[in-house]
Amino acid sequence: MPPSLEMRDLTKQYGTFTALTALNLKLEGGKCVGFLGPNGAGKTTTLKMLTDMIFPTQGECFINGLSVQTDRKRALAEAGVLIESPEIYPSLTPNQALEMVADLRGIPVPERPGRIRSALEEVKMTDWADKRVGRFSKGMKQRINIAAALVHDPSVVILDEPSTGLDPRGMAEVRTIIRGLKKSQRLIFMSSHILSEVVDVCDDVALIDRGKLLFYDTLPNVTARFSDGKSSLDLQFARPIPPDAIPGRIGALPGIGDVTFLDPRRLRIKYTGGVETQERLVESVAQMHLGLLSAAASESALEEIYLSQISRGD
Amino acid sequence: MATAQVTEAPIRPVATPDSLQQITKLTRFQLYEYVRSRRFVAMLGIVAIIGVILTALVGHYRGGLVSSNIAFYGSFWGGGASFLVVLSAVIFGGDAIAGEFQNKTGYFLMGLPIRRATIYVGKFLAAFLASVVVLGFYLLILLGNGVFYFGSGALPWQLPVSLIIALVYLAAVLGTTFLFSSLFKTSAYGFALTAILFLIGFSILQALIVDLVHIEPWMVISYANSSIGNIFNPTVNWGIFGTITTTSTRIGRAAVTVTTYTAGIAESIVIMIGYLLVTAVAGLYLFEREEFT
Ligand SMILES: Nc1ncnc2c1ncn2[C@@H]1O[C@H](COP(=O)(O)OP(=O)(O)O)[C@@H](O)[C@H]1O
Ligand SMILES: [Mg+2]
Repeated sequence: MPPSLEMRDLTKQYGTFTALTALNLKLEGGKCVGFLGPNGAGKTTTLKMLTDMIFPTQGECFINGLSVQTDRKRALAEAGVLIESPEIYPSLTPNQALEMVADLRGIPVPERPGRIRSALEEVKMTDWADKRVGRFSKGMKQRINIAAALVHDPSVVILDEPSTGLDPRGMAEVRTIIRGLKKSQRLIFMSSHILSEVVDVCDDVALIDRGKLLFYDTLPNVTARFSDGKSSLDLQFARPIPPDAIPGRIGALPGIGDVTFLDPRRLRIKYTGGVETQERLVESVAQMHLGLLSAAASESALEEIYLSQISRGD
Repeated sequence: MATAQVTEAPIRPVATPDSLQQITKLTRFQLYEYVRSRRFVAMLGIVAIIGVILTALVGHYRGGLVSSNIAFYGSFWGGGASFLVVLSAVIFGGDAIAGEFQNKTGYFLMGLPIRRATIYVGKFLAAFLASVVVLGFYLLILLGNGVFYFGSGALPWQLPVSLIIALVYLAAVLGTTFLFSSLFKTSAYGFALTAILFLIGFSILQALIVDLVHIEPWMVISYANSSIGNIFNPTVNWGIFGTITTTSTRIGRAAVTVTTYTAGIAESIVIMIGYLLVTAVAGLYLFEREEFT
């Protein structure tokens, strides 16, 4: 059975304020889903209900088909969870903290050292295994928190803004770690308010704002769907691009819209169509031998989508 | 081309231990955490200071203090134990639940496949055992003195019975501090409320009930603790009903009657167990509904 997470009609009210409105979302299969939304959108609220830290006003959540609300113990046995950057008891070392998690989760004693070591390897903290957590930096603590969510090799991983609050290097490290967590049989559900992080790490994106789910789709589909039929692609070249190459050759390719110079070696190309068009476009340009180095979906295009989507309610 | 899928080990689920096993495991980890904490060292320090003063006092005055082994243990264990029970319970239990919120350590446990009740009970047992260590240290100092003056064969039978009563009292007081602690999300409030309650609140309540309502204050937990010392009294009341003593004194022309109540041993144990049961049920109920916002 593939890993799954399901939120059914999930609603949370704090007094008269509705933090989350009837969220219906079913995630299934081995992939990384970004739960994207600005601060205050309701991401943490959702993930806390998914892990039985708070109770839904209405609705229910399921981890691998097990109800979190009626059977927290069995449901959470399937998941690795990191929410609110918890503090590990400061007098423990990473080895001791992970030993505690392994013990409470029921990992057999002979398997523990191996599992703990590989969890610490995944977060690159093996050198610190026997130092007290109390003296660690925020980034190091966060990596131990991630390791603690991984000791039992869960099929579902739930992470709430794992890189938030870290310095740029710490953020980059955490992103690299999360990319490394992907497995064919593992579903990762990660919240973030940073679009580029989701683009960088995730396969799918669920966009939430003011407690409402705006859409859930794969990243390329989102780009294709929301840029008014026009997606854009940034191309980087090794040499300055000869001006005549633009209208004559690149502009003549099917599906191409505006082509603009970002600088002499960088082009932004708008095109209509989905990933297939994008693939054909990159192949064609590469065959022109103009010194194409890289092609990336333009971030500013996604940024525009993100901003336009989350400001629509104004 | 080799892909990640080829070398990837399949995910193997692990069987979560049953709740009773998890309570044992959690108690062990929490106790380890208590024993390594500064507050535990401070508690042992306080007991050590009390021990030094006590030893010096007895060594210097002797006399009535060591007239008999019963008088010795009665005054020092009877007087000291209930104070140490309350102090330990406030120090270890006052923020037991509130601290999990404030220090965010609770979020670490809440992500695990573990019932809320397991967390509550595990923490309770750990706080109980940490307090037992503190009480045990005090008892050890007393025994050292006692054996020095009366020899090792002169342990009064009242001492182990009193110890058992003190442990029941400890459970009752901890149950109460845990309950109040789970009402707050800030350590300081938990400490402040339980300290005020146990160091003065209940005594005031007890006095008010006796003086204004004129009934036996059996509903106040601090009323029950006198049994820890009273058991050393030769005319101890073992019963389920308290002893009422009325003394009349004449101040000028007015006759003043003072009524005092003393809990029977059985009565005080019933009161303590009652407190433990009520606070445990209420505390668990609240913690089951507690939101980790
Ligand atoms: N305990 C609470 N009481 C009242 N309002 C809350 C509480 N927790 C969160 N909120 C509100 O709910 C909304 C969603 O919060 P949250 O889920 O933390 O957002 P996010 O994680 O997306 O930044 C916010 O407006 C926040 O102020
Ligand atoms: Mg949040």
